[in-house]
Amino acid sequence: MDYTQLTDRQREEMLATIGVASVDDLFTAIPEAQRLTGLLDLPKARSELELQRDIAKLAGRNVGTDQLACFMGAGAYDHFIPTLIDHFTSRGEFLTAYTPYQAEASQGALQAFFEFQTQIARLTGMDISNASLYDGATAVVEAIHLALTHTRKRRVLVAETLLPEYRRVVRTCLSDLPVEYVAIPACAETGMTDVEALLSLIDDDTACVVVGSPNMFGLIEDWSACFAVAHEAAKTQAIAVFNPIACALLKASGACGADIAVGEGQPLGIPLQFGGPYLGLFAATKNLIRKMPGRLIGQTVDADGRRSFCLTLQTREQHIKGERATSNVCTNQGLMALRATMYMSTLGAGGLREVAEQCYHKAHYLAERITALPGYSLKYPAGAFFHEFAVTCPKSAAEVIAAGRVRGLLPGVPLCDPQLDGAGGPNDLLIAVTEKRTKAEMDDLVDVLAAIG
Amino acid sequence: MTSSMSLPRLDEPMMPTTKPTVKTYAIPTRGDRPTVPSIFEKSQPGLRGVDLPALDVPTHEIPEAILGETPDLPELGQLQVARHYSHLCERNFSVDANFYPLGSCTMKYNPRINEFAAAQSGLINLHPMQDEADVQGLLQILFETRRFFEVISGLPEVSLQPAAGAHGEFAALKVIRAYFTDHGQPGRHIVIATDNAHGTNPASCMMCGAAVVKVKTAGGYTDLDDLRRLIDEHGSENIAALMITNPNTAGLFDTCISEVAQLVHDAGAMMYLDGANMNAILGKVRPADFGTDIMHYNTHKTFSTPHGCGGPGSGPIAACSKLAPYLPVPQVVKQERDGHTVYSLDWDRPKSIGKVRSFFGQVGVLVRCWTYIAACGPDGLRNVAETAVLSANYLAARLRNEFEMPFFHPEDGHFAAHEFVTVPKSLLARGVTLLDIAKRLIDYDIHPPTMHWPVHDCLMVEPTETESKETLDRFADAMLAIAEQIKRDAESMAQAPEHAVVRRLDEVAAARKPVLAYERSG
Repeated sequence: MDYTQLTDRQREEMLATIGVASVDDLFTAIPEAQRLTGLLDLPKARSELELQRDIAKLAGRNVGTDQLACFMGAGAYDHFIPTLIDHFTSRGEFLTAYTPYQAEASQGALQAFFEFQTQIARLTGMDISNASLYDGATAVVEAIHLALTHTRKRRVLVAETLLPEYRRVVRTCLSDLPVEYVAIPACAETGMTDVEALLSLIDDDTACVVVGSPNMFGLIEDWSACFAVAHEAAKTQAIAVFNPIACALLKASGACGADIAVGEGQPLGIPLQFGGPYLGLFAATKNLIRKMPGRLIGQTVDADGRRSFCLTLQTREQHIKGERATSNVCTNQGLMALRATMYMSTLGAGGLREVAEQCYHKAHYLAERITALPGYSLKYPAGAFFHEFAVTCPKSAAEVIAAGRVRGLLPGVPLCDPQLDGAGGPNDLLIAVTEKRTKAEMDDLVDVLAAIG
Repeated sequence: MTSSMSLPRLDEPMMPTTKPTVKTYAIPTRGDRPTVPSIFEKSQPGLRGVDLPALDVPTHEIPEAILGETPDLPELGQLQVARHYSHLCERNFSVDANFYPLGSCTMKYNPRINEFAAAQSGLINLHPMQDEADVQGLLQILFETRRFFEVISGLPEVSLQPAAGAHGEFAALKVIRAYFTDHGQPGRHIVIATDNAHGTNPASCMMCGAAVVKVKTAGGYTDLDDLRRLIDEHGSENIAALMITNPNTAGLFDTCISEVAQLVHDAGAMMYLDGANMNAILGKVRPADFGTDIMHYNTHKTFSTPHGCGGPGSGPIAACSKLAPYLPVPQVVKQERDGHTVYSLDWDRPKSIGKVRSFFGQVGVLVRCWTYIAACGPDGLRNVAETAVLSANYLAARLRNEFEMPFFHPEDGHFAAHEFVTVPKSLLARGVTLLDIAKRLIDYDIHPPTMHWPVHDCLMVEPTETESKETLDRFADAMLAIAEQIKRDAESMAQAPEHAVVRRLDEVAAARKPVLAYERSG
């Protein structure tokens, strides 16, 4: 099924109107030698019924977090998603709409994105937010680009405790630019950014300081201290990389002195789906408004004075400015931003706070139980953590994970994984706990650990 | 838009008030279009739209030093949330309800089987770092999707990682830079783009630190003499790539594409294809066969993944064998192990540029692509291109007497590809603006075409293959009726749209004093 809907007779009528004998006459611009004579080497068309069966079969070959209790995190978290979100983001009016360039035909999406911008600005304690970027990692890259253009400096200081996934993307994206990437070391004892070291690294050529909190070990960084150091240099931009759920409970980026706050919006009602599509969040102080990347929705009025919304400050964007645009981003993550705004609206301030509190209490319950087991200890016991923590096990993380898997658990992510840049030893396991985990599941994990300890 | 838009909504007073005053509540007359109060204005502190299970573990003290305020976010009951988004839905055009003849964006129908596939619990509930043994079904889909894109392009290797078309451009330019650096030619820093290129092309170059120079087009086609001149002027040893869209943004298949490719290759550079217009050539010609070295797809254009009000898309890139080792990690691969077929992620690619986004890519979008390509099959994909081109030429033929078309000359064999450009000079000469025409289409429930691009004062029309002849005719009739109205009463056009949920917006004021968030109340 190719979803076309013209009858043979209609095709003939259309060809007659054009004045050609056959469809092939419309393709004569393609040099004959290049034209495909046969069919592409693809599997033959499948009916919808066959597809339903094939998809169900392939999906059935995976074992996911609907069957296993997930303690994996490292940038993607297994949160509860209210049913309402799937319903409304499946509605054709949102699902199949175009980017809202034509404001009069897109008021629904524009208002929803405007509300999203407001929610993200308030959640992060920043002045303004854009309407989304691809994901957390690319949002960090865009934040660094903004800092580079805003300050006209060339040193980029990035905390070694930032998620390795993000650092990897940043390094790739900056690699051909006249930019110096400098790693801010972590204190080996605490697993947190070494503020003294940061102080020694910062100089007049520093465009930005990037610190994520919670960091890659789940620890809560001292943003205020790091950003105070950043602001000792003229114009240097403090970039906070946040977790939106943690924002509902912990000190917000804005309150800690961030100039730009970016994060991964996946925890806000977006399924894990093996890594994407996710949602890049980007908020900033209002003096950066004309340098922001991505789409911005503004409030205005129509000819009758009614409140209405439109894309605004488009002269920043690639379709107007080309190589002088603030970013190349065009299509962003509209539907994912809709999921996030619906998530925040459904839970509300109180609900979001409760999600964050439950994450915190459950993670601390599990950490206490695990560290009470002989042979298990927190890798970084001194720091406060949110909903993720690193445990040093008496056996290898791989063994722990295999044992947990047999019991229907995904115990965590091994810190020695190359995806985490080998940030820990073979026995170090990174465990994340969301509000979805039950006491019974956590006790199961403790049993597994006790048995192999 | 339905007439119910203008009816009053009993649950939503038009003028929120905090004072307990008796207010008159007039029933809006037909034609009034109440705005939807914001979710913030509907907030009643203390309400929840959904609950959580009670906490089943002891609480743990939260240190004062890290504790923050509860964010100032709206609180509503679930029905209020549902009504809010229902009402917002009603204020949006969509492919499901409206025709979108939108040049360069291929707004085709989004089959629901794609959504069925992407929503399978065995596909959406997978953590990106789960063991490959638990995700074999998904990896098989991703591997097959990769293969599909390789076959369609005729290029040997595809990376599925880029998140959108522009992101694919960026990744591909990084790949080209990495190749040249690896081959001792780091000086190749100039990218040539056509003067009618998508804005993302030069913007992506900028993000890679490449310099952009523009090659002229004449009559929509690449000017070969200008290309020769540019290569000479800048020195062939400094050119990294040519970025070209083919069929191009004028709606033409570039008849001299082979000569263009030859000039680029003679300069030792790479030919980059912006695949935005792949819908016109699916199964008719493979980009590799006209000299493409690397390209991106826009899956939300060509492969029917929904636009979702502006994303998520995805922008897989296909590369020739020279460039393939530099594609992003990880790559999804298929192996035979102990007599079994195993799919896995290969991180061991030493020449790779690295990663351009987190984890694997826009997996949920890619699942929809797999489903679409599997449904179409090779004959279906070819029919997609043929029908898209037929529909575009049909519309162009119906409209050309009233709407001038600088690039559409069927008598000389210059047909449209899947889209065409009109510069309606004689209508504009009557004192209307292009915006007037666009906004009047909204009154006909039709989404306006792309405007002022690739040339000033143009409309770019792309009907796609999925529209019925009745819809195509209705659009042509609407355009002709608009032409009539302009001739009869040009002034009245400034009132358009008259039947949308709002009248024309003051977009200038929005940019002059930007308001990007609701004011806090109280």
